[in-house]
Amino acid sequence: MRASNVLGIIYASVDDDRISELTAVRTIGSVPFAGRYRLIDFALSNMVNAGISAVGVSTKSNYRSLMDHLGAGKPWDLSRKRDGLTILPPFDLAGNGGVSRTRIEALHAMLNYMGHSNKDYVLLADANVVATIDYEALMDGHLKSGADITIAYKHGKKPNLPDIMSFAFGDGDRITRAVVLDNSPEEKDYSLNVLFMKRALLERLVSEALTAGATEFERDVINANCEKLYIRGAKIDGFACTIDSLQTYYDVSMKLVQGQYKGLFQKDLPVYTKVRDDMPAIYGTKSKASNSLIADGCIIKGTVENSILFRGVYVAEGAVVKNSVVMQDSYISEGASVNCAVLDKNVVIKPNKALSGAATCPLFIGKDVTV
Amino acid sequence: MTKKTECLAMLLAGGQGSRLGILTKNIAKPAVPYGGKYRIIDFPLSNCINSGIDTVGVLTQYQPLELNSYLGNGAAWDLDRMNGGVHVLSPYQQIKGTAWYKGTANAIYQNIHFIDRYNPEYVAVLSGDHIYKMDYAKMLEYHKEKNAACTIAMLEVPWEEASRFGLMFVEPDGSISEFEEKPKNPRSNKASMGVYIFTWSKLRQYLIDDENDPTSGNDFGHNVIPAMHSAGERMFAYQFDGYWKDVGTIDSLWEANLDLLNPKVDLDLSDDKWKIYSQSPVAPPHFISDKAAVENSMISEGCEIHGEVDYSILFSNVTIEEGAVVRYSIVMPGTVIKAGAVVEYAIVAENAVIAENAHVGDSPEAMADDLDNWGIAVIGEKVTIGKGAKVNAKDMIDTDVEGEAK
Repeated sequence: MRASNVLGIIYASVDDDRISELTAVRTIGSVPFAGRYRLIDFALSNMVNAGISAVGVSTKSNYRSLMDHLGAGKPWDLSRKRDGLTILPPFDLAGNGGVSRTRIEALHAMLNYMGHSNKDYVLLADANVVATIDYEALMDGHLKSGADITIAYKHGKKPNLPDIMSFAFGDGDRITRAVVLDNSPEEKDYSLNVLFMKRALLERLVSEALTAGATEFERDVINANCEKLYIRGAKIDGFACTIDSLQTYYDVSMKLVQGQYKGLFQKDLPVYTKVRDDMPAIYGTKSKASNSLIADGCIIKGTVENSILFRGVYVAEGAVVKNSVVMQDSYISEGASVNCAVLDKNVVIKPNKALSGAATCPLFIGKDVTV
Repeated sequence: MTKKTECLAMLLAGGQGSRLGILTKNIAKPAVPYGGKYRIIDFPLSNCINSGIDTVGVLTQYQPLELNSYLGNGAAWDLDRMNGGVHVLSPYQQIKGTAWYKGTANAIYQNIHFIDRYNPEYVAVLSGDHIYKMDYAKMLEYHKEKNAACTIAMLEVPWEEASRFGLMFVEPDGSISEFEEKPKNPRSNKASMGVYIFTWSKLRQYLIDDENDPTSGNDFGHNVIPAMHSAGERMFAYQFDGYWKDVGTIDSLWEANLDLLNPKVDLDLSDDKWKIYSQSPVAPPHFISDKAAVENSMISEGCEIHGEVDYSILFSNVTIEEGAVVRYSIVMPGTVIKAGAVVEYAIVAENAVIAENAHVGDSPEAMADDLDNWGIAVIGEKVTIGKGAKVNAKDMIDTDVEGEAK
């Protein structure tokens, strides 16, 4: 597969409302994750690792932090003369009154951009999926199979989001039915919302759907075409998690520190992000750390267990951080303790304060809050 | 049309640093890794950009490959500029023949046309071998204020070490009355830091004169500076107080790294206002497992720690397996220290492997009655130390060491 003939499209604002704690000040794509990344880094790095050099990032609201993060795309090697990274601000279709709300509207708003790209194929991905997926293999499989559309799926508990399809298969990998309103508890083959197809096909499907007044991409575009088109499922067995709530965000973070981070960070599929030029982490004389992921710029003088510390976090002497996610530049003072919590950026925990949530209901402290 | 450049920097980065032994076998001294994620050259380069100097010529000669690829287009230091930016200046062929850089002054002389292109008022000549944070803008202010032809940054060093440096005698008004190069019995403790600011029109003439003098060694310290001084040019010393270290030897490189763990040492790399920039590796945060014990250390991204680390600096992507012990050591990127191995008082270069139960280095306490033979053990890049093998203190190993028979 010649990846230079593929246009990547990432939805940076999918289901922002589902994780409102973290998206109060940002879009889902710029939610900090795994110590030094933003959620969008995973989809973006997967595309870059597959050799894709033209990527459009679709936005809806609160995307200032996303623009700050992406810049001109340099850290992903997407600051190019030809192709490169394009941030697609929300587009108000004339007379439509308001920005595009549904996936079909969002795609329709992008048709013009897609047309200018001169690429024959498109790869669509959502920013709320944390996964290291070999898109090159996915695209090769698509071409070999002769399918019209390939959709990546995973077997497991379906995320609790309104736009995640679960699939029924006919012979082999052909999808015969795609449903969204199916929240029964048993494990299913559910969509990771990574779609690959010819650009011309996507353009036709979107135009048809819009003309027919269709509102739901999953029901009116995918499910409605299961018979006419060969829609193929590509099973992903590696690390792939869809963030559908603060609880999932917390659970996935905890999975990483319990040793699963290696599935996400593979040697030959690096994950790129904006660099911050921090010094390496420093451990003091009385520090105790175990089972934790710790980013550059941290200073640890206290105890850290089962936690993720983002860049520039300070854990003072006698402070204890357990089972928690602590974001950029937060400060845990002497004698304070934090357990089962998610601390957003620049949080200050004053001396000897004790905070505790539960593993099944983590405590959240918002950005710039002093406790 | 180009804008005039007020001050341009020439960074001398061609030195071999032969006293660093196998660490500089394949790389020039300024490219030697330091402080968990940096290379020595990051310090002068970051000082330049933080001081507002955005045009830097880097003079390379010895083993330039690693340095060239590290510098790239200078983006890591914000030195990828439309006008100026970072330029790697290697010796080149000319009509009258090919000439290596004969000395520090000759290196600048051969690049006069590069400097003239920017038509600067002042030129800073910096050495790529030192660890320090310094605001060259303040020094430039001082240079202008004194209407000097040459200003030399000066540091007061302990008297017992003074004989290792080029020393200066300074008058109360800051002017330099006398120079003394590495004297046996020092009469001054004011040492030159190898940081100079020249008024370009003056320096340009002295470089040409120096080149025309067949007896000259074409060196700044030995030839150009004394020539300017004896001609009566206005030469001033600019006092610097802060951390400054020449990492010219294995011991000083080891010390300078561990200085970062000493809260009493005045070298703060976490200062947001004076960041030290570097090419950051693409690696996830480091992972500390439940078998690990880490104290008093500096650890970079991409590391995986299952063993014991005390008083050490680990660069990116280092793996310390369960039961391994690393203390008082510097471990450079990509090295693996396997289960049960012990590394103490050592510098281990990039991508080395210390196999199971091997032992590298010794503590000075363990050799208290033989201290003359004690020193830092050094393992070269890509070297494998076999299972159960022993590397003694002060050893320098650049070929694989076989382990015990299976």
